Amino acid sequence: MSEEHYLELSENPVQFEHASSVNNVFFDEANKQVFAVRSGGATGVVVKGPDDKSSVAFRMDDKGEVKCIKFSIGNKILAVQRTSKSVDFINFIPDYPHTEFTQECKTKNASVLGFCWTNWNEIVFITDQGIEFYQVFPDKRSLKLLKSQSINVNWYQYCPETAVILLSTTVQGNVLQPFTFRNGTMSKMSKFEIELPVVPKPAKLSLSERDIAMATIYGQLYVMYLKHHSRTANSPSAEVVLYHLPREGTCKKSHVLKLNTTGKFALNVVDNLVVVHHQSSQTSLIFDIKLKDPDCAVNTHQPVLPARSIHPYRIPLSGPAVVPSQPPVPCQLSSKSHIKQVSIWTKTAQISKLLYADAVWSGWFPGYLWYLQVKLPPTVNLLQDKGKLMDFLLRRRDCKMVILSVCSQILDGGDKGSLPVVATVFDKLNQVYKEYLEAEQTYTAAMESGASRGSAAQKRPIRTQAVIDQSDMYTHVLSAFTERKGVSHKFTIAVLMEYIRSLNQFQITVQHYLYELVIKTLVAHNLFYMLHQFLQYHVLSDSKPLACLLLSLESTYPPAHQLSLDMLKRLSTANDEIVEVLLSKQQVLGALRFIRSVGGHDNVSARKFLDAALQTGDQMLFYTVFRSFQQRNQRLRGSPAFNPGEHCEEHVVHFKQLFGEQALMKPSTV
Amino acid sequence: MLMISPRMASGMQEKQYTPSLLSFFIYNPTFGPREGEEEKKILFYHPSDVEKNEKIRNVGLCEAIVQFTRTFCPTKPAKSLHTQKNRQFFFEPEDNFWIVMVVRNPMVEKPNKDGKPPTIEYQEDEILDTVYGAVVRQCYSMYKLFNGTFGRAMEAGGVDLLTQKLEKFFYRYLQTLHLQSCDLLDVFGGISFFPLDKMTYLKIQSFVNRVEESLSLIKYTAFLYNDQLIWSGLEQDDMRILYKYLTTSLFPRHSEPELAGRDSPLRPEVAGNLLHYGRFLTGPTNLKDPEAKFRFPKIFVSAEDGYEELHLIVYKAMSAAACFMISASVELTRDFCEQLDALVGPQLTLLASDICEQFTINRRISGPEKEPQFKFIYFNHMNLAEKSTIHMRKTASVCLTSVHPDLMKILGDINCDFARVDEDEEIIVKAMTDYWVVGKKSDQRELYVILNQKNANLIEVNEEVKRLCATQFNNIFFLD
Repeated sequence: MSEEHYLELSENPVQFEHASSVNNVFFDEANKQVFAVRSGGATGVVVKGPDDKSSVAFRMDDKGEVKCIKFSIGNKILAVQRTSKSVDFINFIPDYPHTEFTQECKTKNASVLGFCWTNWNEIVFITDQGIEFYQVFPDKRSLKLLKSQSINVNWYQYCPETAVILLSTTVQGNVLQPFTFRNGTMSKMSKFEIELPVVPKPAKLSLSERDIAMATIYGQLYVMYLKHHSRTANSPSAEVVLYHLPREGTCKKSHVLKLNTTGKFALNVVDNLVVVHHQSSQTSLIFDIKLKDPDCAVNTHQPVLPARSIHPYRIPLSGPAVVPSQPPVPCQLSSKSHIKQVSIWTKTAQISKLLYADAVWSGWFPGYLWYLQVKLPPTVNLLQDKGKLMDFLLRRRDCKMVILSVCSQILDGGDKGSLPVVATVFDKLNQVYKEYLEAEQTYTAAMESGASRGSAAQKRPIRTQAVIDQSDMYTHVLSAFTERKGVSHKFTIAVLMEYIRSLNQFQITVQHYLYELVIKTLVAHNLFYMLHQFLQYHVLSDSKPLACLLLSLESTYPPAHQLSLDMLKRLSTANDEIVEVLLSKQQVLGALRFIRSVGGHDNVSARKFLDAALQTGDQMLFYTVFRSFQQRNQRLRGSPAFNPGEHCEEHVVHFKQLFGEQALMKPSTV
Repeated sequence: MLMISPRMASGMQEKQYTPSLLSFFIYNPTFGPREGEEEKKILFYHPSDVEKNEKIRNVGLCEAIVQFTRTFCPTKPAKSLHTQKNRQFFFEPEDNFWIVMVVRNPMVEKPNKDGKPPTIEYQEDEILDTVYGAVVRQCYSMYKLFNGTFGRAMEAGGVDLLTQKLEKFFYRYLQTLHLQSCDLLDVFGGISFFPLDKMTYLKIQSFVNRVEESLSLIKYTAFLYNDQLIWSGLEQDDMRILYKYLTTSLFPRHSEPELAGRDSPLRPEVAGNLLHYGRFLTGPTNLKDPEAKFRFPKIFVSAEDGYEELHLIVYKAMSAAACFMISASVELTRDFCEQLDALVGPQLTLLASDICEQFTINRRISGPEKEPQFKFIYFNHMNLAEKSTIHMRKTASVCLTSVHPDLMKILGDINCDFARVDEDEEIIVKAMTDYWVVGKKSDQRELYVILNQKNANLIEVNEEVKRLCATQFNNIFFLD
């Protein structure tokens, strides 16, 4: 069971002083920073981020209760909201004046709901009457209004990655107006309406900000709406409705995630998966919007895996104050659970508030903030359909080793009928592999041709972990598999051929070492005829190393000689090798005729041929070869004599001994 | 068999008779060493209606010849005996077991004037030892494929069983021997391979592997398309004889029912089974028939410890045929056959149409220039691959060639020359009929080309053949 927790909390949580009457704690989603503000900042503000770089500690004057506090991107400027009318700023850039400056919201009688940094020096105020977009000039300690828009706002949400602010408008609150910010510009995106399960009469605010979240999934921005079960609307269980919010164009309802249960939920997005935590069962579900479910209507998704709780977490023991041997803390949701605020219910009976943010499972449990992580190994046994499992794994971030272990596992199983599964898995891997190779190729081609023309620099394709190449397969799966005892050689060869088939299907050039593996396996089982047939149909592609390997098999399997020569011939760059092979077989005339037919006669070493002819002990052969080279010399240099550089003196002597001086070709006198 | 000679004289009708089988017998001299027991030596004799004493005499003569020639060369006794009227071929496939085939020489019957009986002229030199020697060896191999060795029958049931088996097998087999159309291809006993691109080949591999995995009873698989081999799980020598059986006997007997009309009786029962065209060529013709028998022919192939006996299931869909071989010790049931039908039928049908499509594409790409204007026979001893543009499609009864028998004989002669030496050779012959015949031997490969260019000289012919090699055989190492 413990092996089945596929969600876990990160190992090194951000630790901070927990909230109390003197200590206010804030969380900034954009920079993933936790602010612990003690006594309004007078006794210190401790900022902790996911890494040490983003952690800061400072002091500021206590000018009233802090409502919201956030750094601009890169910790350049700190913004603090203490009243509903204005926001205060403090420079954190060295050499700039440190004195606070203040900006009041422009709209009269409006109260500031909050603010969001969209750049290191650009900030948006959200008020109940609209939004105001400012540029901050830290040196002048002033702000300039870039743009504003008036609109009645119930509440807002901000997605830092895409710099999109979502405003809830109208009385019911279900008409959402997104704005996007980039380089000092603010653009209004098309508004859209969330379908409410029940339309209240009279109209009242019905869409809570807790039921809405924004997240980027597979590079696209989605608005997630947690649609609760409602008795009147005849929906048996709750669901999460995803609205796709494109940069251009209208927002459309795109996916429905079926939760198959009711109750209170919380949402995270981790590694492009939507994680839904269910409070009463204390379990979580994950959804992959790219995973097609054949049993479901288009874009309706069932959980990828059965519901499981998050892996119990052991609080890091640090310092003598910590109770020794504290048991792992099971992660649970509190009864006050909703989309934005989740609590962890610990065994020590502490209920602490926990914030939600994209990919961050954070807790004000004794002051820890965790990242939520997906653990892939447990998913392997939970998802029986290996094809679906591969689809799922290939889209995850740290998938390589898990995928390779799945491959090994499938091959290990030796279950009957696993070949079709093996084929499906290989095809899925190679599909991704091919896409990467193609992108790489396009990039290289573009770099070669476009670099000079100064075209917009193309991005080099990123090699994700999902790209499992031949060397990965060879090293981690296939070489060990072929060496394993107790596997029928039929299955071994079938698997290798299946991999080669799959590579070919995606037009990926098969690496030489895979062929070597096939040959090694066939030879080990004396399956030479099989090997012969594979070569006959060019399943094992031609290469010099392969030809040499075949040559080495000649003593056990004589036809390998012919196969090897054929291969060398087809390569058409291996004429020297062919000559060597023929000479080693004492086929001196054959070698001579061959080198002549390919036009290499003029450049070959006469000595090599004469040596070989001498070795055969056939005097007539020696005569023929000798005379042939004399003729060549005559043609090339006008004299039949050998150059000293050719080192043929001993052969000339030998020739004279055998046939006499007069048999030597005489220089023709022109 | 009668054949009108192209050299027939005007006016007077000459009748030419092709070589034919006179007798065929099998004996073992150790079975009746004593006088008066000679009949016991004879295990099989065709024609069976020959008088007993004549049988004994003929066997005795062969025995004597073999014995006599052995004194000159103990390791290589006589292989054939040439006489005016016929030619005898001796073959000892197993210790002391001899197969003898007597072939009547071809002859020309010249009618005489004035009602005199026609003159018969025997053409003693027209037939080739290599060709008919190969035919005898093939007879034995075919027997062995279906029955195992003679020794095996002896072990199992003594002489009685052996004679029974021989009778049963050769009675039918000899009727299918067509001695008049035997030629060089019988000497090679080669296998025609279906040309196929790598990807389609790999798909077939994948298919074979999957079937063998899910029906683990299957020990070996062979895959053919259009009567040409694509994959053999059997060893080469076993495949060679099985291929011979499939292409000359089994396949021709089952013409394509898919091609037959909807109402033709040839069309198999397809009601409710329109998903695929698969059907059994051996075993049950109709799986739905409650009376159907699930008996398959058994074959013997070599194994590490001698031989093994296997059921031969031949299953075909359109032009694709798959042979599945299963250990004979397993009893095959209706259940198994239905399983096989359900698994293989749809896949094989799909594969067959894939291959067909791929083949048409390849042919279109390679274009008509690859269509050879030459007539040639190619054979590779290493993988037994043969290719002939001389032979038309083989049928059950005859093997049609598109060239004159005289030219075929020249090819046979060249082949004999090649067999004598080990080295690479090239022989160019100008035939009487103005054809040029070229034989080339390079390493383990042999190529025979017939050119119809009567005005060409030797150099031109040589160039022409070089061109042929460059276009047709550019992907193999063929010494010029």
